[in-house]
Amino acid sequence: MSEPLDDALVACHGCGRLHRLEALTRGQAARCGRCGTVLERAKIGGLDRTLAFTLTGLVLFVLANTYPLLTFELEGRSQQAHLITGVIGLYDQGMWELAALVFVASILAPFLQLMGLLYLLVPLKFGRRPWKLGPTYRLVGKIGFWAMLEVYLLGIIVALVKLADFGTVVPDVALYAFFGLILVIAAASFSLDPRAIWQRVELES
Amino acid sequence: MTAPSLWVSCGSCRLLTAIGPETPGGRAYCPRCGEALSQRKPNSLSRTWALLIAAAVLYVPANLFPVMTIISFGASQPATILTGVKELAAAGMWPIAVLVFVASITIPMLKLVSLSFLLISVQLRSQWRPRDRTRLYHMIEGIGRWSMIDVFMISILVALIQLAQIATVEPGVGAVCFATVVILTMLATSAFDPRLIWDCLESDDD
Repeated sequence: MSEPLDDALVACHGCGRLHRLEALTRGQAARCGRCGTVLERAKIGGLDRTLAFTLTGLVLFVLANTYPLLTFELEGRSQQAHLITGVIGLYDQGMWELAALVFVASILAPFLQLMGLLYLLVPLKFGRRPWKLGPTYRLVGKIGFWAMLEVYLLGIIVALVKLADFGTVVPDVALYAFFGLILVIAAASFSLDPRAIWQRVELES
Repeated sequence: MTAPSLWVSCGSCRLLTAIGPETPGGRAYCPRCGEALSQRKPNSLSRTWALLIAAAVLYVPANLFPVMTIISFGASQPATILTGVKELAAAGMWPIAVLVFVASITIPMLKLVSLSFLLISVQLRSQWRPRDRTRLYHMIEGIGRWSMIDVFMISILVALIQLAQIATVEPGVGAVCFATVVILTMLATSAFDPRLIWDCLESDDD
């Protein structure tokens, strides 16, 4: 067996200084004493809790993508817009670059985030090491850069304010599901404890 | 020191590994998760500068060209980022106007200026308030994505107005430039390595 890895040691990403982390209690964060960068935040629950958030997230994701997002009422006519309608609208106008960006930020990246977590957490729950654990774990961490659900929600709100003069816009099921999805994905990534994953894997080998 | 190996925590799984300086063509990988490791982000300064300059160049058309044109009853009304904010303010929607102004104008400007400042301070080997400079870096890292509000707003407007058939909203070149500026500044921020701020102080501090 190789020399045991000491997972309490960490080199700060802000300035490079080495630290030994102490156990954190709920709500605490460890910061670098030199540059102030957050080294680690206390994790709530364990992998089971992250798995629960992930499953909830997938249900909300399906709701957010199948139900109408907004109902637009104007002179007795009513039209429903879905989450994907914005992407299709941009694509129809010949702006495929923007359509792709909106698609990735509001649909694809969050979906990959949730599926990646599910792929990691389900086998770990049953004591198996997921195939390609390293690459999947790295993908889940990096895809968050492109997922911008919370920004998209504000974009929707600004659009609603601008449209208030034209007619009545009523929020529909998918908008509430979308809001829930933002909270649940944030909860899933806040509860995900990398140490718990790697400890479990190292115990087996 | 003759063998300048450095301890680095993996950016993905946080495992601590000692790695030597970069050898051309050879890269170090995290033994646990396979992430590429380096003592400092490779070519951090030149990559950050390149992305930042590209963003600064595109920042001009992003603000001059219309981000969308509203066509109703044959009359077309182009809107740039700034006129969009003005319209909201004129309609008395102050909180939203301030939000859009901060997200679309203040934040991109702040990012361009702050990142240039960080790059220049590192190149001059400045010793000035490294802790605050690191904090500034983490701040622009966190707020950058919020500039996308306008782009997403346009996508919703295009969709809803098209559905209701009251008018047509055509997204403009400005929107593509603006979205590219935001993405380029996000990439520039992640290409910058805050540890460089501390490298010239290492000797007297550690």
